[in-house]
Amino acid sequence: MSAVADTHTQEHHHGPARGFTRWLLTTNHKDIGTMYLVFSFTMFLLGGSMAMVIRAELFQPGLQIVQPEFFNQMTTMHGLIMVFGAVMPAFVGLANWMIPMMIGAPDMALPRMNNWSFWLLPCAFLILVSTLFMKGGAPNFGWTFYAPLSTTYGPPSTTFFIFAIHIMGISSIMGAINVIATILNLRAPGMTLMKMPLFVWTWLITAFLLIAVMPVLAGVVTMMLMDINFGTSFFDASGGGDPVLFQHVFWFFGHPEVYIMILPAFGAVSHIIPAFSRKPLFGYASMVYAVGAIALLSFVVWAHHMFTVGIPIAGQLFFMYATMLIAVPTGVKVFNWVATMFRGSLSFETPMLFAVAFVILFTIGGFSGLMLAIAPSDFQYHDTYFVVAHFHYVLVPGAIFGIFASAYFWLPKWTGHMYDETLGKTHFWLSFIGMNLAFFPMHFLGLAGMPRRIPDYALQFADFNMVSSIGAFTFGATQLLFLFIVIKCIRGGKEAPAKPWEGAEGLEWTLPSPAPYHTFETPPEVK
Amino acid sequence: MRVHAKRAGALLGGLMFPAWSQADWTLNMRPGVTGISNDIFSLHMTILWICVAIGVVVFGVMFWSIFAHRKSQGHKASNFHENTVVEILWTIIPFVILVIMAIPATATLINMYDTTESDVNIRITGYQWKWQYQYVDDNFGYFSNLATPPDQISNREDKGEHYLLEVDNPLIVPVGKKIRFLVTSNDVIHSWWVPEFGVKKDAIPGYINETWAKVDEPGIYRGQCTELCGKNHGFMPIVVKAVPQPEYAAWVSDQKAAAEKERELTQKDWTMEELVARGEKVYQTTCAACHQPDGSGSPPAFPALIGSPVATGELAGHIDVVFNGRAGTAMQAFGKQLSEVDLAAVITYERNAWGNNMGDMVTPKQILDYKKQQQ
Ligand code: HEM
Ligand SMILES: [Cu+2]
Repeated sequence: MSAVADTHTQEHHHGPARGFTRWLLTTNHKDIGTMYLVFSFTMFLLGGSMAMVIRAELFQPGLQIVQPEFFNQMTTMHGLIMVFGAVMPAFVGLANWMIPMMIGAPDMALPRMNNWSFWLLPCAFLILVSTLFMKGGAPNFGWTFYAPLSTTYGPPSTTFFIFAIHIMGISSIMGAINVIATILNLRAPGMTLMKMPLFVWTWLITAFLLIAVMPVLAGVVTMMLMDINFGTSFFDASGGGDPVLFQHVFWFFGHPEVYIMILPAFGAVSHIIPAFSRKPLFGYASMVYAVGAIALLSFVVWAHHMFTVGIPIAGQLFFMYATMLIAVPTGVKVFNWVATMFRGSLSFETPMLFAVAFVILFTIGGFSGLMLAIAPSDFQYHDTYFVVAHFHYVLVPGAIFGIFASAYFWLPKWTGHMYDETLGKTHFWLSFIGMNLAFFPMHFLGLAGMPRRIPDYALQFADFNMVSSIGAFTFGATQLLFLFIVIKCIRGGKEAPAKPWEGAEGLEWTLPSPAPYHTFETPPEVK
Repeated sequence: MRVHAKRAGALLGGLMFPAWSQADWTLNMRPGVTGISNDIFSLHMTILWICVAIGVVVFGVMFWSIFAHRKSQGHKASNFHENTVVEILWTIIPFVILVIMAIPATATLINMYDTTESDVNIRITGYQWKWQYQYVDDNFGYFSNLATPPDQISNREDKGEHYLLEVDNPLIVPVGKKIRFLVTSNDVIHSWWVPEFGVKKDAIPGYINETWAKVDEPGIYRGQCTELCGKNHGFMPIVVKAVPQPEYAAWVSDQKAAAEKERELTQKDWTMEELVARGEKVYQTTCAACHQPDGSGSPPAFPALIGSPVATGELAGHIDVVFNGRAGTAMQAFGKQLSEVDLAAVITYERNAWGNNMGDMVTPKQILDYKKQQQ
């Protein structure tokens, strides 16, 4: 008995283990959060360098740098790595760090599973990236991997790709279960659901989305696996299968997936804007309901990605109306953020700059989303650069700026130091300019008729492609600055107080900075 | 001095940005030349202006706060955080705007789906990486391939005006007639898009999708494949030539006569030289994209034909692969795509080119017999 009690007290008094085993074996939510964030940034740079290859090839018409086969591998891997490697793990990292501290819990509810769900990710991406070196090359059929291009006509490495997707899916599902278990069971006494911070709310809903759709993704890749290796014909028309079935199943996963990539950012921004407006969030309850509505609607709009496949007109109309409807709760969120700023006392530190840019540019992405929702017009926009512009506007200044805003906002809490404000602002302005220069002209290219996923283009598209490439290089290079800022902040800088931001609210700011290795071992009381 | 500087600038610009002289900085969609494309254009403009108006209001309020409600200006924060009336209003007003938008959108969509009462029916089949057009009413058809020379793509030659948007055989349609397109695919999913018509339809194996266009003005209209379909997805353009009805009728009767002649060619006695000469042309347009112009292929996906077991093996095996394709690979069944003459020619060519000196040949008549046996 006494031995048990001894190790128990010991655990609480010494800090983290030393060396590599600290990271390999850790069950601490802060360590795991850090690992997720580091992993995500690594993938961001890897996926980003692939984007640089794409933009370099598209700098001028003609084939200069890569051949079409490799170009297609780059677009595919770029998309997969950014979606599954950069954006999703970054949000899981933020969830790990922040959810326990926001709800007054000592750790995540399922710490060992937490460790496992992280370590699966590097394995999955090692497999995925290794396909680049295989015979026949990496997957080359786009991140949407439509059959039969990915099945009958796919490269031999497709089976490895499927395996990697399975592992990522397991990791995501475990992460989601952990988030739900933590939020539902470990809230401090007094923290009712409608008192939860919005980041916690958005993550709770995101986690349910993940549990609902990741198995569907697993299902679709499993059917591919069978088609490729075991002679079934789910998606092969010559064997009685149906290539359109693939798209229905994929987008049943795919559309909720795009909300998985944005909802946690909605949550984070709903902390940051009030903090720097020194004013409570406008419309807390409607924010929660809006996220719920978006999540529910996201299950019934998938075929807006398939307006040109020839679904019957009744289906076409249903999916058009449902998609247009999503604009209503999305609009409510934007109006609430603006109303929060209205008559506040605003200051523009780096997190706020990223958050304000988030609201503006995400709204522009929402506008193009609304345009795409109009089915007849979508016949002209679909699979052109207009769509590429749309989803980069919602994902780069949406998801990615949301992540940057969160990182700057909570870095003082994580490291105990203030980051360098001048460098932070430089990072913001260069990213802002680079990003708009890269993606705004893509609207024009799409409207002028440039299809997406092509390695070479007609001469009338030359001008804006060059502008776009210059913007992309600027944006890409700027991200190295972020790495520098974070390293500098970890290694030193002005001491951060417990609550570095005047207007910030929440339990995490009641803890000292840096947050101790173990926090809230006795739950705080929430009035 | 100034003139020199200008000239130098122009020269430098010309060297660095040779393509920019062609560039036109187009910002917007074009209205196009069909009723549908015009409707789409006006939907596009309406929704765009609605978004701009909403944007002006929302960003206006935001920028007002950014400028007037700053802490550095000494602005004190108020404390309001809800207002039921406002919140209900900004839920209902967007909803009403959406309903207003949905009405014309629905009407246009219904019109787009109405493929009845067509005057001309054309079947469009997507192949990796070309289009086949079949005039089903008149029983002839042909393939349409990229016509841009490879040297322009690899920058060894200046790019032409219609770089990547030019084909050997454009689709010919009459103006003022309702043309129904039946769109399908032979291999992977493609998508047939002509922006000026407002027509984009996926070509899906196992499906026949329908869409239609009624072209108002004669002219040449260009588009591209818009569904990723593999390596040469960026290199399978679409060119449509819309001509007045009499011209169209004359062209159709020429085509029918030519198709008849082709059938007669099958019966002719061919020499090896004739077959090889014809086969080389067929090879370059049909086979070279994968097996390379010099037969070297790009293994493992696309095997070399030089000394290959098939091209230098039994004649029957060679015919079988070309005719029926290889299941599960990119090798298509060309039996349906090429005429008997072209099949005979290309097989004979492959057996006797690049040092594959088999010295044997296969005649169009033999291919015809083989075809009959298969059925
Ligand atoms: C107002 C809200 C939105 C609407 C109405 C909307 C609508 C659409 C539509 C109709 C398409 C299909 C376009 C086409 O392929 O022709 C599309 C594509 C896409 N959207 Fe959105 N969208 C919205 C918000 C978002 C958000 C928040 C995200 C992600 C954070 C997102 C990510 C994407 C992506 C990734 C694609 C392209 C997928 C692909 O084909 O590769 N969208 N959107
Ligand atoms: Cu969607």
